[in-house]
Amino acid sequence: MTTTPEAPNLGRAQARKEDARLLTGRTNWTDNIRLPGALHVAFVRSPLAHARITGVDYSAALELPGVVAAFSGADFADEQGSLPCAWPVTEDIVTPAHPPMAVDEVRYAGEAVACVVARDAQSAADALEAVDVDYEPLPAVLDMEAALADGADLVHADAGTNRSFLWPLTEGDVDAAFDGADVVVTRRYRQQRLIPAAMEPRAVVCRPEGDSFTLWSATQIPHVLRVMLAMTTGIPEQDIRVIAPDVGGGFGSKLQVTAEEVLALLLARRLGLPVKWTETRSEGFQTTHHGRDQIQDVSIAADADGRIRGLKVDLLADMGAYLMLVTPGVPILGALMFPGIYKMDAYSFSCTGVFTTKMPTDAYRGAGRPEATYAIERIMNELADELGMDPLELRRRNWIAHEEFPYTTIAGLTYDSGNYEAATERAVELFGYSELRAEQERRRAAGDPVQLGIGVSTFTEMCGLAPSRVLGSLRYGAGGWEHASVRMLPTGKVEVVTGSSAHGQGHETAWSQIVADRLGVPFEDIRVLHGDTQVAPRGMDTYGSRSLVVGGTAVVRACDRVVDKARAIAAHMLEAAEEDLEFSGGVFRVRGTERPSATIQEVSLAAFAAHDLPEEMEASLDSEATVDPDDFSYPHGTHLCAVEVDTETGRTRIRSYVAVDDVGTIVNPMIVEGQVHGGLAQGIAQALYEEAVYDTEGNLVTSTMADYLLPSAADLPDFTTDRTVTPSTTNPLGVKGVGEAGTIASTPAVVNAVVDALRPYGVRDVPMPCTPERVWRAVTGVQDNEGAAQ
Amino acid sequence: MPNIRVTVDGVRYDDQVEARNLLVHYLREQLGKVGTPIGCDTSNCGACTVLLDGLSAKSCSVLAVQADGHDITTIEGLAADGRWHPLQRAFHEHHALQCGYCTPGMILAAIDLLRENPDPSDEEIREGLEGNLCRCTGYANIVAAVRAAAAEIRAAAAAPAPRASADPVPSAAAAAPSVEATP
Repeated sequence: MTTTPEAPNLGRAQARKEDARLLTGRTNWTDNIRLPGALHVAFVRSPLAHARITGVDYSAALELPGVVAAFSGADFADEQGSLPCAWPVTEDIVTPAHPPMAVDEVRYAGEAVACVVARDAQSAADALEAVDVDYEPLPAVLDMEAALADGADLVHADAGTNRSFLWPLTEGDVDAAFDGADVVVTRRYRQQRLIPAAMEPRAVVCRPEGDSFTLWSATQIPHVLRVMLAMTTGIPEQDIRVIAPDVGGGFGSKLQVTAEEVLALLLARRLGLPVKWTETRSEGFQTTHHGRDQIQDVSIAADADGRIRGLKVDLLADMGAYLMLVTPGVPILGALMFPGIYKMDAYSFSCTGVFTTKMPTDAYRGAGRPEATYAIERIMNELADELGMDPLELRRRNWIAHEEFPYTTIAGLTYDSGNYEAATERAVELFGYSELRAEQERRRAAGDPVQLGIGVSTFTEMCGLAPSRVLGSLRYGAGGWEHASVRMLPTGKVEVVTGSSAHGQGHETAWSQIVADRLGVPFEDIRVLHGDTQVAPRGMDTYGSRSLVVGGTAVVRACDRVVDKARAIAAHMLEAAEEDLEFSGGVFRVRGTERPSATIQEVSLAAFAAHDLPEEMEASLDSEATVDPDDFSYPHGTHLCAVEVDTETGRTRIRSYVAVDDVGTIVNPMIVEGQVHGGLAQGIAQALYEEAVYDTEGNLVTSTMADYLLPSAADLPDFTTDRTVTPSTTNPLGVKGVGEAGTIASTPAVVNAVVDALRPYGVRDVPMPCTPERVWRAVTGVQDNEGAAQ
Repeated sequence: MPNIRVTVDGVRYDDQVEARNLLVHYLREQLGKVGTPIGCDTSNCGACTVLLDGLSAKSCSVLAVQADGHDITTIEGLAADGRWHPLQRAFHEHHALQCGYCTPGMILAAIDLLRENPDPSDEEIREGLEGNLCRCTGYANIVAAVRAAAAEIRAAAAAPAPRASADPVPSAAAAAPSVEATP
């Protein structure tokens, strides 16, 4: 990446501003906040997946030392409202009430039924055992297909069904596409349930201040949270200030309005004192929303030469017990992405949202798009196998050629830009594709017990969420704009206020790079403020790879408005016409002359002093902008993975991994690289390691870090990464977003590699995660207790 | 309640602690050393790692009373004589942290790793940090940072003269050194 004299910061591998406090322990995690007199909350949680609550007795808890109060759901029934779902994807969607503390019935193990408030966290935790809850067990509902059968036990008896919604889409003549096809491949893929597991557990602190409240939360969405807290509790929005201090990762899991946040607010109001709650990790695994969990029935039809004719996708999406903030929207975000980068004549999609007695699912890194990409990239490899064609060749025959952009896909999205040929060519070169294929042939011929597999994934994703009109058409409850304001201080320093809410992404650094170039001020002179609804009053927060694409554009617009204002004052100072001024490197000059110039800092001071401003000019350069994107952006890339699979033990080892991503213009290559690495790790983890498992009673078996396999450094490979740069045309920076790319691309790349290694053994799929046991069963055909060979 | 005498980040403390209290709770709740975070409840994540007499220890798996008479270094006490530890610098320069929650534990575990093995291979670094989980970085940059810091520490040991190029420690958290990395 090269910088230019006019833009010395954009594209520079600038080490991060955020690091100093994080490296020295001067952090401000929510759990670090200590307020005088604060009370600590602990929750009594259901040990059963489904039960009627017949009695809650906390009188014994109140007798214990340090305990100040205790409450059941019934005690808050009149004021706690229902946790919000902001994305009712269909008109007739079933959206059951979701009280923050259960009142009559619990519907997943871990659901809060009561709470204890004490002077310290240990006393609160100790007192939980003294709360006596009587349950009348009800049947657990765990299997989506069984849940949809006639006469199935119901999660919500009132609803009369376990089906939340059916969301269909058909484009083109699907029957015709399939009827005349030479080849039809049909597969069922399982997107296992995942636990996002940000390293910082959730925490919330709420302080009453007269009639108003300040609530600190480990959240990705302080702005959305404030609106939703007001709507849920009826406390006026202007009386709630939400602060997201240092937030230790989110990956979608902190894109939520949680029971604990609502109850912290209500407890602070009722008790008139600050209250604090921090989850234990095991509590978090049970009760912080999960991700994925779909059954995907996929069919693809093609001609003998590999040309795709049509694609059919039918999803069952596990909602869990309730619809949380965007639960039903997650699979719908994927609906438009199943066709991927390929041209085809027809496409049909349906998604059925199903209630089960499990923790609700919601956004997890990629949110719908990894699921879609997995399905299309997996079945493309199966189609290539049916046709006896190299999987890359099949992709070449079907992808949108770079000269065809902008291209409207069968799903109706218009991809603005891309160059799949360039990314693939670079990836093939870095990977040594043909050499590895040759080695694979040799090892297959030799009957090597350790087989080599090569996995391909040529992905795209829709990012920059989102054009508000599109969100509206998909029945999302809010818009997708972002806000920024840029304040020139009298001393020439700059404050940038952004509505995005970083939790590890490095916005303070990247936004400073953008502003430094746009205003021609030193990088060090800029401070970025975010994550506090009083400091940054307008925003839509951080998720969906949107912050740079939408929020960065808002920063650019606000900077341009600062320059416009400064230009008028500079012209006055330099006694020149505005149109004769040029602005470069932070200096206004009269074009083509040697006349004196004015720096933007000098103009800023002049605006502050306001002694001699142009007529009707206000005494401020400060500017703001709200940007609603015209369209999505579409990062893409080619990922290639080589695995060695021991057919005797089932062990998979990633030998090499090449990721060539095209995320458009790069602001900071070091941050981009880091985002790709982290995404790869999570995508590989889905392929090989992670799965949230419930037992037959509906208890979460993988409820601790000892049971849920988060990969360590020893479990992951080194990555070879590179980039092609095809700037997006939907925003002035040409950026596309990078937060989710690695996660989306890597899961199918790895599983394609595992299956590729095992094709000589007749294996056509290994369900995720591809554990040694599952690989071994796939190779040997030995069935497990439930009769599945895999 | 038992009495303990400990040194934490160079300061002597004489405190009463609840017998059941973990070291990490003592550090956070009684001393206000909140730079050491808690990431799990099963001793898997390593976020709370500190140095106990120079050896890395997960402070969630040590009772406060067990720390009696010992010397503890947390991330807050790592910078010395106005300079960051080479691992702090290397993590910054190699972008080995994103959200930063695992970082204190990761750095202190890496210090112990390099004490045992001053010139580890990438594989040895990965194995050595197996007890510390990171959800953001994918570990590659952490491995690179530890490798770079190891080289710097070895070079410093070989040539004990003070380095001229040392970065100053920012006096306040706000003043980040702006080091340009060239990966």
